[in-house]
Formats: sequence, C-alpha cells, structure tokens
Amino acid sequence: MSYELLGITVLWTFLYGYVIVASIDFGAGFFNYYTSITGKGPIVHKVIDRYLSPVWEVTNVFLIFFYVGLIGFFPSIAYYYGTTLLIPGSIATILIAIRGSYYAFHHYGPKKARWTQFLYGATGLLIPASLSTVLTVSEGKYIFVNNGNVSLDYRELFTSFYSWTVIILAIVSVLYISACFLTYYAHKAGDMEAFHILRKYALSWSLPTILASFLVFLSISHHNWEHFSGMLDLSWMFILSSLFFLGAVFLILKKQRLGLSFIFVMLQYAFAFYGYGAAHLPYLLYPYLSIYDGFTNEAMAIALIITFVAGLLLLIPSLYLLMRLFVFSNQYVQGKK
Amino acid sequence: MVEYDPVLYSRILTGTTLGFHTIFATLGAGIPLLIALAEWIGIKRNDLHYHVLARRWTKGYIISVAVGVVTGTAISLQLSLLWPNFMEAAGHTIALPLFLETFAFFFEAIFLGIYLYTWNRFKSKYAHFLLLLPVFIGGGASAFFISTVNAFMNSPIGFNYENGILTNVNPIMAMFNPATPTKVTHVMASSYLTAAFIFASIAAFSIYRGRNHVYHKKALKLSMTVALAFAISTALIGDLSGKFLAQYQPEKLAAAEWHFETEKGATLIFAGSLDENNKISQAIEIPYALSILAHGIPGAEVIGLEEFPEEDWPPLIVHYYFDWMVTIGMFLALVSFVYFCMQYRGKWNECNKPLLSAIIAGGPLAMLAIEAGWFMAEQGRQPWIIRGVMRTAEAATTSNHVDTMLILFILLYVILAISIVIVLKRVFKASPLEKDLKKQGIE
Ligand code: HDD
Ligand code: HEM
Ligand code: HEM
Repeated sequence: MSYELLGITVLWTFLYGYVIVASIDFGAGFFNYYTSITGKGPIVHKVIDRYLSPVWEVTNVFLIFFYVGLIGFFPSIAYYYGTTLLIPGSIATILIAIRGSYYAFHHYGPKKARWTQFLYGATGLLIPASLSTVLTVSEGKYIFVNNGNVSLDYRELFTSFYSWTVIILAIVSVLYISACFLTYYAHKAGDMEAFHILRKYALSWSLPTILASFLVFLSISHHNWEHFSGMLDLSWMFILSSLFFLGAVFLILKKQRLGLSFIFVMLQYAFAFYGYGAAHLPYLLYPYLSIYDGFTNEAMAIALIITFVAGLLLLIPSLYLLMRLFVFSNQYVQGKK
Repeated sequence: MVEYDPVLYSRILTGTTLGFHTIFATLGAGIPLLIALAEWIGIKRNDLHYHVLARRWTKGYIISVAVGVVTGTAISLQLSLLWPNFMEAAGHTIALPLFLETFAFFFEAIFLGIYLYTWNRFKSKYAHFLLLLPVFIGGGASAFFISTVNAFMNSPIGFNYENGILTNVNPIMAMFNPATPTKVTHVMASSYLTAAFIFASIAAFSIYRGRNHVYHKKALKLSMTVALAFAISTALIGDLSGKFLAQYQPEKLAAAEWHFETEKGATLIFAGSLDENNKISQAIEIPYALSILAHGIPGAEVIGLEEFPEEDWPPLIVHYYFDWMVTIGMFLALVSFVYFCMQYRGKWNECNKPLLSAIIAGGPLAMLAIEAGWFMAEQGRQPWIIRGVMRTAEAATTSNHVDTMLILFILLYVILAISIVIVLKRVFKASPLEKDLKKQGIE
C-alpha cells in the first residue's frame, strides 16, 4: 500500500469513527429535547445522560483528529478548502462551540433550563448538515480555480439537488444511528419504558434512512458520473450495507440481540462509507486535487505514521477502559454505580 | 469607512480567538497539577479537607475545560480558514507536533471522563488519584506540543525553502528548534503559576470576607506553595527567553525594549513614551540591565532595530506588553515570597488585609501577564508569520467575508464569557462549602 493510500485510509477510519460516535451524541441531543417537550422527558433522559456524560469530549477529539491528520498528510487541502469554506466552516465552528459549551453548562450546572436543551438539540442537527457540505463540495462543480484563485459558487451549492439530498441523508442518519444505539443501551439498562419509546424512534427513522440513501445515489449519478460509476464497480459493498440494514431492523423489530443489531448498524454504515470513499479516490477534490499531488513529503509521512501507530497503542487500551467502565459495565448502565 | 483588508481582519480574528482560548488553555494545563496535589495530600494525611478541596476545584475545572475544548476546536479550524497558505506550509513542516497534540487531547479527554465519574467507584483511594495523572500529563503534553509549533513560527529550521518549494524536511528538527526549550518551559511554568494564583486568589477572598474555616487556609497554603515555586521558575526561564531572543530574534527584543541603536552596555527602558522620531521620554532607565537580560554580561553588545529595514520592524507597542508581563512577574514572586516568610516565622495572621489583597489581585494579574506575554510574542513576530520564510500578508485568505465572521465570533465569545460566569456562580451556590463538607462527614 502506498503512503498516500495508507494515510487516507487511516483518516477515513477516523472520520467513520466520528460519524458513529457523533451521530449518537447529536441524535441524543435531539431526542433529549424532543422528549422533554412531548412530556416523555424524564423517562428517556436518564439513559441519555448516563451514556453521554463521560464521553462527550472524546467525540469532539475524533473530529479534531481527522482534521489535523488531513492537514498533516495532505497539506494542499488547507489551501483549497480553507480558502473557500470560510463561511460554512465558521458557521460549523460556531455551532460546535455552542453545542459543546452548553452541553457542559447544562450538565454540570445545577439548574436544567429548557432553552439550553433546545440549543443542544437544534445544533445537533445543524452541525451534521453543515459538516456534510464539505463532502458535497468535494464532488466538484462547486469549487473553481481561475488564474490561481480558488472560489466557491454558493448559489450553485444552495440550489443543487445533490447538496440537499446529502444534507437530508446526514440528518436522517444521525437520528437513525442514535436511536438504534439508545435502544440497545436502554435495553441493557433494563429501563423498559425508555426502551419502548426509543425502539419506536429507531424503527420510524429506518425507512427514511434507506430512502435518503437511494436519493443520494440517484443524485450522484447526475452530479458526478465518474464517482457514480466507481460506486457501481463496488456495488457489492452497497449490497452488503443494505443487507446489514435489513438485519438490524429485523432484530430491533423482534426485540432480540440488540447489541448485535447495533453492530449491524455500524457495519451498514461502514460498508456504505468505505464504498463511497473508495470510489471517490484518488480525488480529494474533483478534479483539482488528488491524494497523489496533494501529499506531504516522505519524511513527514513516515513521522506521522509512526506517531499514529504509537498513539494507537496508547489509545486503544484507554478507550477500552472507558468502554468497560461506562458502556459495557452493567452496573454502571443500570445506575448502580 | 475603513477599507476592507482580509489580512487585517484575519489577524484580529486570530488574536481574539487565541486570546480567549489561552485563558482556558492555561487553566486547563495548570489546574490538574493543583487538583492532583490536593487529592494526594488528602490521601497521605488522611485529611478530608483536601479531598473536598480537590472535588471543588474539579467542579470549576470542568467548566473551564469545556470552554477550552470548544475554543480550541475553533482556533484549529480557523487556522486553515484564515491562513490557508500558512497551514499548507505548516502541514509540510510542522504537522508532527500538531498531530501529536491531538493524541494528547484524546488521552486527556478519556481519563478526564473517567476521573469525573469515578470518585467513589474504586476500593483503593489511590486508584482514583492515579486517573488524574494521565489528565495532568495530557494537558501538559498538549501545551508542550502546541508551543513547539509556535516556537517553529519564531525560529523555523528543519527544511530548505527555495522559490516556493520545500525540500529536505526534517520534522523532528522542526519540532525541536532553537525556540523550543525556553518557549515550552516558560509557557508551562507560567500555566502552573497562573492556575495556582487563581486558586490562591479565591481562597484569599474567602478569608478576606471573614470566612475563617481552616479549609480556606489549607487551600491558600497549598496554592501559594505552588505559586512560589513557579513564580521563581517563570521569572528565571523568562530571563532565558530574553537570551534566546537576543540570539535568534533580536528584532523582537529590540522592539520590546525600544532599543534602536546597537550598543554595548545597553540600558533597559521601562515604561515611557515615544514621539514620531522615536525619541523616548518619561521612561525609567536601568543602566546595563538590557545587556544583562540579553547576554548575562553588563558590557555585552545588544543588536538594535537600526540593523533591520524599517518595514521589517515589529510594532513598537510590544514594549508595553513586555513591561506588563515582567512587572506582574516580579509582583507575583514578591507576594508569594512575603506570604512564605510570614508563614514561616509564625507571624501569619489571617487579618493581614494588605497581604490578602495582594494575593487576591494576583490571580487576575497573572492571567493578564499571560495575555501580555502572548501579545508581545505574537505581535513581536510581525511582519512574519513564519519568521524569515513567509510574511503574514502572504499567508492570509483572500475571502471577502472575514469582517462578518469576526463579528460573529466576537459575539460567540461574549456570550460564552457571560455564560461561564453565570454557570460558575450557580454551581457554587448550589453546593456551598458547608454542604460539601457535610457530605464527607465533617462539620
Ligand atoms: C504568568 C505569566 C508570565 C509571567 C509572570 C512572565 N511571563 Fe514571560 N511570557 C509568558 C508568561 C509570563 C507567556 C504567556 O507564557 C509567553 C508568551 C509567549 C511565550 O512563549 O510565553 C511569554 C513570553 C516571554 C518572552 C518572549 C519569548 C518569545 O517570544 O520567544 C520573554 C522574553 C519573556 N516572556 C520574559 C519574561 C521575563 C523576563 C519575566 C520576568 C518575570 C516573565 N517573562 C514573566
Ligand atoms: C494561546 C496564546 C496565544 C495568543 C494569545 C496569541 C495571540 C495572537 C495575536 C494577538 C495574533 C495577531 C498578531 C498580529 O497580527 O499582530 C496572533 C497571530 C497568530 N498566531 Fe498566535 N497567539 C497564541 C498562541 C499561538 C500558537 C501556540 C500558535 C501556533 C500554533 C499561534 C499561531 C498564530 C498564527 C498562525 C497567527 C496569525 C499570523 C500572524 O499574525 O502572524 N498562536 N496570535
Ligand atoms: C500555547 C497556547 C496554547 C496552549 C497552552 C493550549 C493548551 C490547550 C489545552 C490544555 C487544552 C485542553 C482543554 C483544557 O483542558 O482546557 C486545549 C484545547 C484545545 N486546543 Fe489549545 N492550546 C494553545 C493554543 C492552541 C492553538 C494555537 C491551537 C490550534 C492549533 C489549539 C488547539 C486546541 C484544540 C483543537 C483544543 C480542543 C481539544 C479537544 O477537543 O479536547 N490550541 N489547548
């Protein structure tokens, strides 16, 4: 495997990690608010709080990790995307800032105000929407280079069918992934009331998820044929993804093996995500920037890869400990610790 | 109307974000040391007061961490958005410590999560205490790594740069550049100093207001001990930073000292004002002191600004920032020293209001010194973003909307600042000391 490919694979894996953990977090924020206005709040909050409290900061680090790694491995990204994404990037940054701090204020402060829950819930949907535009833009036809000047065509971005389908998929996926995880978590906590509510959410978001995925498929074929045909070549990945989707929904319907059902959800997204990513290669930005011409020098690449391996050796045991204590500890989940 | 200039607005926005982030970053790097000491002493002496102290400090710390995390996320994304050309160059040369920093965050975040939710979960008290070590190491490591990046911007080495093409990159050399030793140690020592003084300031305030529970005295003593140790080390390392500048970035030192002509036995200028011909008036002058600061020898030669073309001069306002920092540094060292003498000779009495007032002022002043130090270091690097390699103006975005973003971000920081104050007030109102003490079974 070339350094370029290794680099992008590592980064893509972190982005995948972010998509999963952040979706759980974003969706939880939304359900938290939604249930509190529909009066079911007290039932669901305990489950959500218990899971989220110890891990929210870790979620944020996934994003930083992806971003910093991207700049390290592919410095030219900073030039193309940095110049053009000032406005969407700043808005996403502000939303992330509001969300993170108000979560902490809400959680560590003594009074629980409705409006901080609202901020927390609303930003949870707006952040994936604004971050997903980065992927949209990477498909080309929005960013242009003229005489060495890079610019973004906002009108095209906001009026194109493709960009809206991606936004819809992002939001729906967040709700679906989150609901599936919380269903499992509530079941594990033995909190049957919360379980029933969350299971209903998981099931009701499953159909929209699959519909939105098809929409994106369809619109990519119009927007970027090259990418689309690459995805067709990898169609086995997308078929597997759909099968895992069916498996997950089936288990949730049957109320059986919910841990496995969440693993299916993760696999469903893994196959779709890596399929999309692999077909996107070698481009980081159609048609201007590929992983080969945007790559860093060899010395830096080696240094980063060594760091990465050493870092993982440190992180995996730590993450395992975190999971052991808070996610896989029955006593903690059930509120006995 | 001022003409729109993306470079200027980018500089203001970067300075605003970093100036805000540094408050929480400094506390985030410094506070774990104090919490760890409190918890450790509590276990060693079997003194529950220290246990309560650690818990209460943690309550404040976590709020600060939250804001540190979000403002840190903001600045790291902003660097690419506002300085795309700089980040491209930085990606090629100094990405290693940036990448390492994220591991440090990861490590810190994981163990902080565990630490916060496991106060009574382990049988051995040491187990919980040990969880704090990764938090302390992670916070220190992130300050370390990011400071090496900043050091690189001041004294870039580890690559060749010709006609816009980078070759022979050596990431390790870039990271351990000549500015790294003084920068990193000064930043870390000043973080511990500042965190300690902030806590000392809070304890002193309680005593001043007549709350004479022994808890406050213990808190004061612990934080003042840390403060004394780091006030001395900060000043000593600061002196070494001056020597670093004299050798590698003489224009910055010259601008900070309004030192225009190269000369031997140079005079240190304190305060004062400049007219349009760069004539200094109303300043306090200390003979030979600048030569001592720069080289440690009264007769040594110190390079003046005249040796540089005027367009390469840093803004001369950095002089005042430097004065502020050094004055505050002396003040903090003096206050902690006096506290110690009084403590040692047994004459300390909690009604010594002048000393208490000085300690109360010390917390905010320490934070002011941090800001002054950074503004002097960063503006003193101008007009370069990477000294001698890339100019700030070449590095900036050409986008037309930086001014609007500036307003949005200022609004965000104002809202955050207000919220922090409100939340901290609520947190400590909802759990007053008496309640926390009672929970642990002491009066
Ligand atoms: C509590 C905070 C604090 C205190 C009391 C001091 N400093 Fe400082 N100083 C900093 C906090 C700081 C800082 C915020 O950490 C800086 C900004 C950039 C950096 O590297 O550290 C800094 C930078 C800085 C620099 C510039 C380094 C560079 O640009 O590379 C010099 C020459 C000094 N300091 C010297 C001193 C001296 C002689 C002090 C005497 C008491 C002193 N500092 C006290
Ligand atoms: C946390 C404390 C810091 C503060 C308060 C601070 C403050 C500032 C200020 C005031 C400016 C504007 C300078 C001017 O234009 O006159 C600036 C610029 C900048 N700083 Fe810092 N800084 C800090 C740390 C850092 C670090 C650690 C880095 C490197 C990773 C960094 C990178 C930059 C960059 C890239 C610019 C913009 C380019 C320039 O103006 O030279 N800063 N900062
Ligand atoms: C020298 C000045 C700086 C110091 C000492 C410093 C230190 C820290 C510390 C200790 C934290 C952890 C949060 C906390 O515990 O409060 C933090 C957060 C953060 N800082 Fe800074 N920082 C500095 C400047 C910068 C700069 C210039 C950047 C951008 C490259 C940056 C990026 C970040 C990020 C991304 C986070 C959030 C990490 C997370 O998600 O946990 N920092 N910083």
